[in-house]
Amino acid sequence: MKKRVLLVEDEPNIIEAITFLLSREGWHVDIQTDGATAVKRVRELQPDLLMLDHMLPGKSGLDILIELRSDDQFLALPILMLTARGQMRDRVEAEAAGVSRFMTKPFSNTEVLAAVRDLTRN
Amino acid sequence: MASINLLIAVCLTYVAFLFLVAFAAERAAARGRGNWLRSPLVYTLSLSIYCTAWTFYGAVGYAARSGMEFITIYLGPSLVMIGWWWFLRKLVRVGRTQRVTSVADLISSRYGKSNVLAIVVTIMAVLGVTPYIALQLQSVTLSLSIFSDPTGTTDGGMNLVSAGFWVALGLSLFTVLFGTRNLNANERHNGVVIAIAVEAVVKLVALLAVGIFVVWGVAGGISEMMVRIDNSDIGQWQVDSSRWTALTVLSGAAFLCLPRMFQVLVVENDDERHLHIASWAFPIYLMMMSLFVVPIAVVGLDLLPENSNPDLFVLTVPLSQGQGGLAILSFLGGFSSATSMVIVATLALSTMVSNHVVMPIWLSFQGQGATVSGDVRNVVIFARRVSILVIIALGYLYYRVSGGSGALAAIGLISFIGVAQFLPAMIGGIFWRGATRVGALTGLLVGFAIWTYTSLLPSFGADVVLSSPLLEQGPFGVEWLRPQALFGIKGIDPTVHAVLWSLLLNTSGFIFGSLVSFPKPLERLQGAQFVNVFANSGHAHGWSGSAAQSEDLMVMAQRILGGAEAQKLFRREAQIQGHDRYLPEPTPDFLQRVEREMSASVGAATAHAMISQLVGGASVSVQDLMAVADESAQMLEYSNQLEAKSSELLDTARQLRDVNAKLTQISVQKDAFLSQISHELRTPMTSIRSFSEILRDGHELKASEQTKYASIIHVEAIRLTRLLDDLLDLSVLENGQVSLNTETGSLADVIGHAVTTTQAGAIKQIKIDVSDLDTSIELHTDLDRLAQVFINLISNAQKYCKSPEPRLFIRATKTDNEVCILLTDNGLPIPMETHALIFEKFSRINDQDGSGAGLGLAICREIMIRLGGEIDYVPAARGNRFVLRLPV
Amino acid sequence: MQRLPATPVFLERRSYRQRRMMDAIRLLPLVGLLLWLMPTLWATSDGDGVEPVRMSQAIVYVFGVWVCLILCAGSLWHYLRNSSEDAIDVEFGVKTEPK
Repeated sequence: MKKRVLLVEDEPNIIEAITFLLSREGWHVDIQTDGATAVKRVRELQPDLLMLDHMLPGKSGLDILIELRSDDQFLALPILMLTARGQMRDRVEAEAAGVSRFMTKPFSNTEVLAAVRDLTRN
Repeated sequence: MASINLLIAVCLTYVAFLFLVAFAAERAAARGRGNWLRSPLVYTLSLSIYCTAWTFYGAVGYAARSGMEFITIYLGPSLVMIGWWWFLRKLVRVGRTQRVTSVADLISSRYGKSNVLAIVVTIMAVLGVTPYIALQLQSVTLSLSIFSDPTGTTDGGMNLVSAGFWVALGLSLFTVLFGTRNLNANERHNGVVIAIAVEAVVKLVALLAVGIFVVWGVAGGISEMMVRIDNSDIGQWQVDSSRWTALTVLSGAAFLCLPRMFQVLVVENDDERHLHIASWAFPIYLMMMSLFVVPIAVVGLDLLPENSNPDLFVLTVPLSQGQGGLAILSFLGGFSSATSMVIVATLALSTMVSNHVVMPIWLSFQGQGATVSGDVRNVVIFARRVSILVIIALGYLYYRVSGGSGALAAIGLISFIGVAQFLPAMIGGIFWRGATRVGALTGLLVGFAIWTYTSLLPSFGADVVLSSPLLEQGPFGVEWLRPQALFGIKGIDPTVHAVLWSLLLNTSGFIFGSLVSFPKPLERLQGAQFVNVFANSGHAHGWSGSAAQSEDLMVMAQRILGGAEAQKLFRREAQIQGHDRYLPEPTPDFLQRVEREMSASVGAATAHAMISQLVGGASVSVQDLMAVADESAQMLEYSNQLEAKSSELLDTARQLRDVNAKLTQISVQKDAFLSQISHELRTPMTSIRSFSEILRDGHELKASEQTKYASIIHVEAIRLTRLLDDLLDLSVLENGQVSLNTETGSLADVIGHAVTTTQAGAIKQIKIDVSDLDTSIELHTDLDRLAQVFINLISNAQKYCKSPEPRLFIRATKTDNEVCILLTDNGLPIPMETHALIFEKFSRINDQDGSGAGLGLAICREIMIRLGGEIDYVPAARGNRFVLRLPV
Repeated sequence: MQRLPATPVFLERRSYRQRRMMDAIRLLPLVGLLLWLMPTLWATSDGDGVEPVRMSQAIVYVFGVWVCLILCAGSLWHYLRNSSEDAIDVEFGVKTEPK
């Protein structure tokens, strides 16, 4: 069975790039462009990995992260967060909220893939 | 017949009851449940301390001697109350805003916080009121004696002197207990006020009961009573016109000036609206108090033997009719009148004495400054208690010395004339800005001297203080200086004579002194504060230089206001100043507040002196300025400049604070802006980097995929470039560095250029309707910039107009001074809540695909502002409309 | 936009009334003083042959004036209190101090 990743991202071109990269690695990629319903989507899909943008319409990535981590069910869910804001504070906040990995855009494809592999090794 | 012992038992029970009431009121107020204690009813009743034993017993005696004249004593206050709008309104407001504690404090505070004036007024008040207190003691003992000897012809078998002593002691105890319990910020005494309100009811009920008994029980009805009145000795009008007028005016003046009346009217006032109610309620009280005076007097004259004392008819009439219970009630009424007057008068006087005489002397002994001295709070309370004892002792002494002589009314009137001397300084102080300290002092001293010479000294009788030759022929035989016929004008009634000359010369002295003298700066400022109290219920003038250390202030304020109160004040101030450090900065504002709080406890002049000890020295204080100002008018000008400069400095400091706050805000905005820009730049960069890596790494892509990814890189690169262009544009525009290239051209040409530019190469075409455009409109402006605005607006419409048949109408009208251009599309109107945001940077209202940076409209706005015009968004009936205005 | 055009006129009238009531309050003590100084013109018992005013008349007059003044003051207060606290405040300059 294919591993599933849920990509929460609102920028079409970035979605395209990440989908391309992960499909080649054998992932099934689900797309979610709206922040407000993202948590609901995670509950429905029960993905193996969550890739989360920081700035989203409806609800910020950080809020989604906090909500998920407050639920025991998603304590172990690997969450990779991508941000384009490049502020130190965002990283600190995300780490405090229990993010698995925090990466700044623009990212290198190999780094992202390495991180994904690293997070889902077990 | 009631025995003396029963009477004393009743008295003690009554006093115990009053203690209880006062105590309960204090407790309730302390627990914050004392709202009812401060009702208009209680306020009105507390004013009844105007009706002392003099009016309770004396009015009847007065009526028996001179008919209706007694009523003038009530008419004056009634008129003052009904005419509250003219004077009381302002007096109460001034008293409240300036935290005035007494008449002396009011006058001293008005005339530059002058302690000399305060002392003069205090001494005058003590001299004027002491006989009055003696009078109360006399009336209580006299009424006690009546019960052992109902005819009232002799002093009776009891020891009047020792009775007087016990009464005085009891009153001192009550006053000390409830008058100096707390030295609180507003100088109000709940217990005392409620006790005198109860006593007010008792005395009214007592007098009404005796009156009703006399009219219906003795005379047999109203009409019979009227017949009896007309047939009595006082049945015909016998009032002297000049006395009638003078006494009405005098009683009105005294009502305002008596220290005890000032205490209840102004100091104990809790709510200005109570005054509005008392303006008609208190005249009712006065009317009821005087309603039965004539009937009682007439019946007394009828029933009692020729030689009985008419001052005691209120007691002797019921007693002679065998109404022991009624007599006891009446006695309690008289007792209430006497005690409430003594308590409040003593309280008011002791406040004045301790604040204006004892404290300044004590302070001057504490040479090193206010902070190193002992506990000021205790000193103030101690001073006040001692003052109370001394004042009542003085009253008792006067009573012993005068031996209870003279009709009650005569002493009362002399006292009235004495305190009425404050009136010119008071009225002038709050209505005339030109009134000065010198004028007030002159008026007061002149009035006081004439009062002593024409009224007080002659009242002791010939050959007691003034020899009879002096009274008859004047000093050294100078007829013009005869005490009761000044300037050789004879034949005037002595009371009218004293009122007329003292007030006339007092007022003249006051006005003349004010006209020739020059006020100190502080006087002028206080004068403006008092006179314009309704215009600016602002602050008493205070401190420009602030070298006072907060610690010192705190120590001093704690001593005077009490620990908890002072800490509350300081903490609140720290919060207002916006730092949670425990101690606030000693800003002039704050110093002023502390001074005002303290002046409520120790009086304005003392508080001022104490703060000046702390503040003075290092920096320029008001007192320093005044010292300089006194030297010459030139120096005054200079000091005014200094004050202006120091307020200018304060202004600058405030502006700096404002700027700082603004900078902080801007810095927050800047952070948000930077992370926005970061986001806007990194997002296309991400796609570019990612896809270029994909292309570089090979991945065996299909040709179509390769083309697609390459074109994404291309589009994103363009987006990045445009974003940078926009940012650069905006920053240039916002910094105002843009140089406008002004030319003249036709509006139609500009729009045409914009339309061509936007239509070229656009995927989604919008139909642009310019058929209504007036082609004759000529513009003189930067046409390229204007075109940029149109390009932005048109391409926005092109991008975001979701209508199946997208259309954009461009219309323009020209008036005398402006050109108005409307661009209306038929797309979905943007949501109402985002209207305010659309011209902000990065707002991206309708931008779902994220291709725009959200800077277009922000740029449009900046350009329009630079061109001297404006741009607005208006939701149209079916679509969106932008309105551009340009000056011609 | 379509709110009663009459409202301002009505308000105008009200505040006009209030102002006149304030004038009345100001005038009242002067009227009282005038009325109470009337007795100074009365004939006294030592007048030359003129019948002096009787005491009962004097009492009725003085107390009558008193009652009238109290009623006027009371009803003016009542009127102004009921009409509008604000208007009184503005007119009287009674502002509630900010706390």
